[in-house]
Amino acid sequence: MKVEQISIFLENKPGGLNSVTRVLRDASINIRALSLADTSDFGILRLIVDDVAKAKKVLNENGFAVGKTHVIAVEVPDKPGGLHSILELLSSENINVEYMYAFVERSGENAVIIFRFDAIEAAIELLIKGGFTVLPGEKVYGI
Amino acid sequence: MIYNEEFETLPREALEALQFKRLRQVVDRVYHTVGFYRRKFDEAGITPEDIRSLDDLSRLPFTTKQDLRDNYPYGLFAVPMSNVIRVHASSGTTGKPTVVGYTKRDIETWAELMARSFTAAGLTKNDIIHNAYGYGLFTGGLGAHYGAEKLGASVIPMSGGSTKKQILILQDFGPTAICCTPSYALFLAETGQEMGIDMTSLRLRVGILGAEPWSERMRQEIEKKLNIMALDIYGLSEVIGPGVAMECVEGRHGLHVFEDNFVAEIIDSATGEVQPYGKPGELVFTTLTKEAFPLIRYRTSDITRLIPDACRCGRTFVRMERVSGRSDDMLIIRGVNVFPSQIESVLMEIEGLEPHYLLIVEREGSLDTLEIQVELSEQVFSDEIRGLQSLEKRITKDVKDYLGISAKVKLVEPKSLQRFEGKAQRVIDRREL
Repeated sequence: MKVEQISIFLENKPGGLNSVTRVLRDASINIRALSLADTSDFGILRLIVDDVAKAKKVLNENGFAVGKTHVIAVEVPDKPGGLHSILELLSSENINVEYMYAFVERSGENAVIIFRFDAIEAAIELLIKGGFTVLPGEKVYGI
Repeated sequence: MIYNEEFETLPREALEALQFKRLRQVVDRVYHTVGFYRRKFDEAGITPEDIRSLDDLSRLPFTTKQDLRDNYPYGLFAVPMSNVIRVHASSGTTGKPTVVGYTKRDIETWAELMARSFTAAGLTKNDIIHNAYGYGLFTGGLGAHYGAEKLGASVIPMSGGSTKKQILILQDFGPTAICCTPSYALFLAETGQEMGIDMTSLRLRVGILGAEPWSERMRQEIEKKLNIMALDIYGLSEVIGPGVAMECVEGRHGLHVFEDNFVAEIIDSATGEVQPYGKPGELVFTTLTKEAFPLIRYRTSDITRLIPDACRCGRTFVRMERVSGRSDDMLIIRGVNVFPSQIESVLMEIEGLEPHYLLIVEREGSLDTLEIQVELSEQVFSDEIRGLQSLEKRITKDVKDYLGISAKVKLVEPKSLQRFEGKAQRVIDRREL
């Protein structure tokens, strides 16, 4: 039920992002979703890609520090209050969201949100019990 | 293993008697052949006859790098140029280089010192030595070269640069030992890894590394990445070149100063007072056997201390601890003395960080600021902002705790800081004082 996300350390300087996307383009890797967290000095680019192993390999070869993290992808009803219903369920069980971001593409009628939890197993169990769809990695990489 | 049993294991008393005899000769000689020394001795009101024991050495005036510059290029030579068979010069990062000369016998002395150093590292005539010290005016390349030949080992005269070619030769020629700077050893290891080569399975087993200050953690890093034993060698062109002192494979703690050729003293940099054994201070050398370019009480600017205890290798020579910094690359930040090597030690205490850093000192208003740029490595990377921020905070705190200075820490991308093939330059001082 987990999805592998890669993260890349970037200094805040012109051309930083650009050099990552160039490496991925040259290796024909497709970015499925992304988020960028930043401070005044550095940023962390988090990516869901269609080929995790290859992306990590080519980025390493080009000198980037690349991390791999498990996140989960949850289908959210694409209507007002959709995201809220998930967050309410999680907070009722005191599960903390480290970070989250949205997929561009939809899965059928639903939107897809990527979540990072500390308590990942508990979160998966709770979400499934609460009637939400947690997408397996293979499905997410190909959305 | 010991190359020259007779001299390297002389009982202290006999050694000191030999040092005194040679000191008298060299003092006498410089007084009568080098105008600079005669003037300095006269000004200090001292004559060669006043040197009646080894302790009287401390009555002689110091010689400084500035004295060498003032007498550029040949002013301090003690023999006519017809007897000089080679010159070397130090890199002149500030001003003109300093020039040194060698007679035929000096070259032989130096070759023996390097052969002794290689032997102390466990090398024999059966070894193949990859010499990546630069050949040329720098003493490293030719110094190691002559020593390797004197020992009878096979030498690969690689010199510096062309890193990919160096790696090819390390793979194909099967050298068992390498001579280079510690930072270049790391650079070779990294470059090899990037080329997809297993740098731990080469035939290399020993590194004779020197020409820049380094730390114990950096040694461990090099030993792991190249699967070798890394040993420290010390020397400076003014004194003779590499081979002034060498760490032995048996002790691996401190470098034996080849005292039959040099007298080492430790002084307080500020007052010039000689310090007792064990106390840190500036290292000062007097050469006992050099003909073309003898030096009396030369201030090296290197900070270390002397260890008099007997060593398990059997050498009776005093050991100097690995140089912890230089009194002239010492930074004074808001009144606190800081050596880049101290900051390196703090960084290397943090698991997963690599010794690639840059110190930038600036002045905002009347306040000095220190920025420490450190390369992020994958082992310490976190995909959460607060993970990286806590790493930055930890470094800031450790620097504050150990060195008493506040620094701004900036994480930078892997391999974004410059790599060095010779001596590493890790400080940018933008203050206009």
